[in-house]
Amino acid sequence: MHLLVCGGTGCRASASDSIIEKLKSEITAKGLQDEVQVIMTGCFGFCEKGPIVKILPDNTFYTQVKPDDAAEIVAEHVIKGRKVNRLLYVDPENKEHVSDSKHMGFYRKQIRIALRNCGFINPENIDEAIARDAYQALGKVLAEYKPAETIDIIKKSGLRGRGGGGFPTGLKWEIASKNKADQKYVVCNADEGDPGAFMDRSVLEGDPHTVLEAMAICGYCIGATQGLIYIRAEYPLAIKRLKIAIEQAHEYGLLGKNIMGSGFDFDITLRYGAGAFVCGEETALIHSMEGLRGEPTNKPPFPAESGFLNKPTNVNNVETFASIPVIILKGSEWFASIGTEKSKGTKVFALAGKINNVGLIEVPMGTTLREVIFEIGGGIKNGKKFKAVQTGGPSGGCLTEKHLDTPIDFDNLIAAGSMMGSGGMIVMDEDDCMVSVAKFFLDFTVEESCGKCAPCRIGNKRLFELLERITKGEGTMEDLERLQNLCKVIKDTALCGLGQTSPNPILSTMDNFYNEYLAHVNDKKCPAGQCKSLMKYVIDPEACVGCTACARNCPVNAISGERKKPHLIDTAICIKCGACIEKCKFNAISIK
Amino acid sequence: METIKLTIDNRPVEVPVGTTVYKAAKTLGIDIPVLCYMDLHDLGIENKPAGCRICIVEIEGRRNLAPSCSTACANGMVVKTHTTRVINARRTVMELILSDHPKDCLTCPKSGRCELQDMAVKLGIRNIPGQEYAEMSTYKKDFSPSIIRDVDKCIMCRRCETMCNDFQTVGALSAVNRGFMSVVAPAFEQDLEKSPCTYCGQCVAVCPTGALTEVDHTPKVIRALADPTKTVIVQTAPAVRAALGEEFGLEPGTSVTGKMVAALRQLGFDYIFDTDFAADLTIMEEGTELLTRLGKHLSGDKSVKLPILTSCCPGWVGFFEHNYSDMLDVPSTAKSPQQMFGAIAKTYFAEKMGKKREELVVVSVMPCLAKKFECQRDEFKVDGNPDVDYSISTRELAHLIKEFNVRFNELPDEDFDRPLGESTGASIIFGATGGVIEAATRTAYELHTGKKLERLDFTELRGMEGIRSATIDFNGLPINIGIAHGLGNARKLLDEVRLGKTNYHAIEIMACPGGCIGGGGQPLHHGDTSILKARTKAIYAEDTGKTIRKSHENPYIIKLYEEFLGKPMSEKAHHLLHTHYFDKSKKDIFI
Repeated sequence: MHLLVCGGTGCRASASDSIIEKLKSEITAKGLQDEVQVIMTGCFGFCEKGPIVKILPDNTFYTQVKPDDAAEIVAEHVIKGRKVNRLLYVDPENKEHVSDSKHMGFYRKQIRIALRNCGFINPENIDEAIARDAYQALGKVLAEYKPAETIDIIKKSGLRGRGGGGFPTGLKWEIASKNKADQKYVVCNADEGDPGAFMDRSVLEGDPHTVLEAMAICGYCIGATQGLIYIRAEYPLAIKRLKIAIEQAHEYGLLGKNIMGSGFDFDITLRYGAGAFVCGEETALIHSMEGLRGEPTNKPPFPAESGFLNKPTNVNNVETFASIPVIILKGSEWFASIGTEKSKGTKVFALAGKINNVGLIEVPMGTTLREVIFEIGGGIKNGKKFKAVQTGGPSGGCLTEKHLDTPIDFDNLIAAGSMMGSGGMIVMDEDDCMVSVAKFFLDFTVEESCGKCAPCRIGNKRLFELLERITKGEGTMEDLERLQNLCKVIKDTALCGLGQTSPNPILSTMDNFYNEYLAHVNDKKCPAGQCKSLMKYVIDPEACVGCTACARNCPVNAISGERKKPHLIDTAICIKCGACIEKCKFNAISIK
Repeated sequence: METIKLTIDNRPVEVPVGTTVYKAAKTLGIDIPVLCYMDLHDLGIENKPAGCRICIVEIEGRRNLAPSCSTACANGMVVKTHTTRVINARRTVMELILSDHPKDCLTCPKSGRCELQDMAVKLGIRNIPGQEYAEMSTYKKDFSPSIIRDVDKCIMCRRCETMCNDFQTVGALSAVNRGFMSVVAPAFEQDLEKSPCTYCGQCVAVCPTGALTEVDHTPKVIRALADPTKTVIVQTAPAVRAALGEEFGLEPGTSVTGKMVAALRQLGFDYIFDTDFAADLTIMEEGTELLTRLGKHLSGDKSVKLPILTSCCPGWVGFFEHNYSDMLDVPSTAKSPQQMFGAIAKTYFAEKMGKKREELVVVSVMPCLAKKFECQRDEFKVDGNPDVDYSISTRELAHLIKEFNVRFNELPDEDFDRPLGESTGASIIFGATGGVIEAATRTAYELHTGKKLERLDFTELRGMEGIRSATIDFNGLPINIGIAHGLGNARKLLDEVRLGKTNYHAIEIMACPGGCIGGGGQPLHHGDTSILKARTKAIYAEDTGKTIRKSHENPYIIKLYEEFLGKPMSEKAHHLLHTHYFDKSKKDIFI
């Protein structure tokens, strides 16, 4: 019997470490250590319900497990074979317990390619990875295929870069392979930076070997013997597991000199990013690795021509690499059979925001937003109404009700005014003010601009200031015009992808929610009631009994009135803290 | 040569492969505006971060506008440089840049010569939308002895960074911070004084705005001129006369020595002397030092180090104090001409005039900003009184002349005063790269061999190449000479010397491109290196026009030794005309 416990960053934060410890000590206490193994795995994806404990072979899926539940799991499930019902997932529709994850709405529609081993293996043990086919694809490539043949397989699979741009991976490899040089480099971009996105981290934490294997395959294809993983230093667990994986792969002769006796050498080193979002852009990433300021440079030349240390360099994202070994083993036709006409395979998304099932999912390209949000994601929290979903991170756009049935793929998202990006999905409900949402993302891009080009350095700041004026009720129609022109010019003139896409949240919310902008500007009202400056606290004289509770609790003495007579809020003094509403027993105070 | 055909603004053009759209347009007479871009191709420097986005153009089939400065032409490309889309984007970007730029043009030291101002005029910017509520990025002002950094005015063109890092390899300036607060500054936003800055001023020379300017010494000079208790002496460096005219609309390369002297007299200086006199003195000391070292070296004295390095350039002195502190005994101990002049003026000349040193004010006019730093160094003061009180740049002198209502171009040619105004052709060429070593060669050859030189023009020592070398035959003794201009070139040469890979006897180093004619205090060349060449030509022409062209033949130098110093390297000469260097490599920049 195997007890798989999630060791991803999220579940560890909820004490999955001590769940493992307690399970182990309970099992040892019962003398079952030879029959029952407790294994720490990578992320299961269902973070909303973490920490997760999965029991094999019967596939029981326990959710929200606490360290104190360990004794019961061992005593009941392990020894007596009875499921601990209270730890099972409850289907929100029929309120029934679901014991196998296969039957959960969250997992039903998922197909896991990049995440195939996350939650199944102990990422710190290469034997478990090998048991699930790790390094088989590398072996196959080295033994059976020439580099060009391998590139052809990748090209035919239709795999496109998962980092955001969606550039055909096979073509990228081919260009790098054709550029002649004494040294070339394979770079894995693990500088995941979109707010709320954690797919790369999960892959690296849950299945590091797949990335190492794919990088070696890429090295073989383009003629590189050096691999570098650029990973953010804020991912200590992923770094630790990568280091262990590299060491173990070396021991097994799967990295280093003469891999599997093929004569092919390949080695991988880690480079740490200091947390700059722009370093996810490949030229900025390369400069950062070179020890220079993390700034993008004009392309061309592309890295495939002149990259790290001015040598041909192929940069791919973690998730892209994670798909490679499966494509080699199962064939390009198999991969190409999944997805849409121009976007093949699956895509990992990080669901976040006002959605019931927050977590990491992997679905075939072409799955609709409705399926992702309502079936897998379990719909909107607290039964609220869906308003919008932001895809593509801070560079993406907000999609609405009318886009819900659009099949998700690279081209459809761009056509809808957003983008795939690295796969972040932030869901918003009726309480979200779309101007504030745009402001939130602009705040991020202002912070993360490298400052090299004027449109991004200054323009984004000005966009943010305009949005701030609008959310404060100071905006004018002229400001809206300026906002639109600035967005257009910044998109048109910024140096790199960051600046060229940073106006997207504004443009898409202006497209889809222009009325909200107008309400802020013309009526000085925030329809969602989110913009503090536009709120007004009012006492309904009919409902107010003059109990004075509000006046006594107002921290700034903004409320006046005689006992047993209706009270009045002086809006000039009111700081909109909400203390009065909390104290009023007669629901007499409301926000207008 | 492989070529590419494209059309720009509906006109066909054929250019070599690799040509940028910006340069291709130029061949058609289309001047696409550029702001951050700077091309000093003669020096091998090109700054094109493509950051300002002013030079954007529309290229058919491309989703976004493209920066013409860094976009290579491709076959069949269709480029438009002034569509409505381009004009709107260009203006909007310019408005953005201006929205984060102080509006104190009236009092800005760069006013009238500011490239940002010119661009605003060219693009017809009439207002900056939303300026009332636009936040500005502001930073601490930084005052060093030579350079003022007012980086509120920095537009992140990165030219200074290119000069400081790529060309000079000083590494004092680089971009710091992120996003809106990005700015070019020393590491950790420390003051320049705590950085390895050499005050060469090349950053100031290329800064398009008022972000980097020189410390203005003119108010102090004006005050001294008005003080009846002071005798104010001025000395002018050789490179100044070859460039000053540019500030008055004269062609680059016009020598204005006589007019400059006349102007200085009108400004009210009591004595118009020449740094060239001190340059001749430098040759006497440095040349003698070279011969002494050489003699000892040849007789097998292992304690004597060769090559000997020139030490006239304060930027260069700062550079080796920071970077080559293990080689402090290699450069000549001779002071720079500016400081030799000050030392002689406040001793020999003061005695002659019967004045106390405190009654004299020595002003230098220099093509250089590092001279401002040099003249305030403690080792060049006597009881707190500096040998040279103030150092003004060529630009500052031009300003002073204008402020004093002097119609410069109409001035008659006048002569320097005696005795410290007499100079030879050898001293004039100090202003160009290779000039110091050529002047030293003329004297050292004759002193060493006892023979008269048949040929005075050592053209093998001249030129604009970054590193040059030549062997001069000293009557059977081959003397190997190295020359570098630009500190990056100096570093290359010095690294080889440090490793013992060279066999030079003497090396001349100048911090600035082209030598002093390209100094940080000269009229701005705005990226036009043909100006530097014209100035060099003017320098050599002055030399040729002189009757005396060897320093040791300057009659007033001979008299100075007879009356006052004794002989070169005498104890008195050593005391007044030589210095020592400091190890600045371990300076703790974190304090």
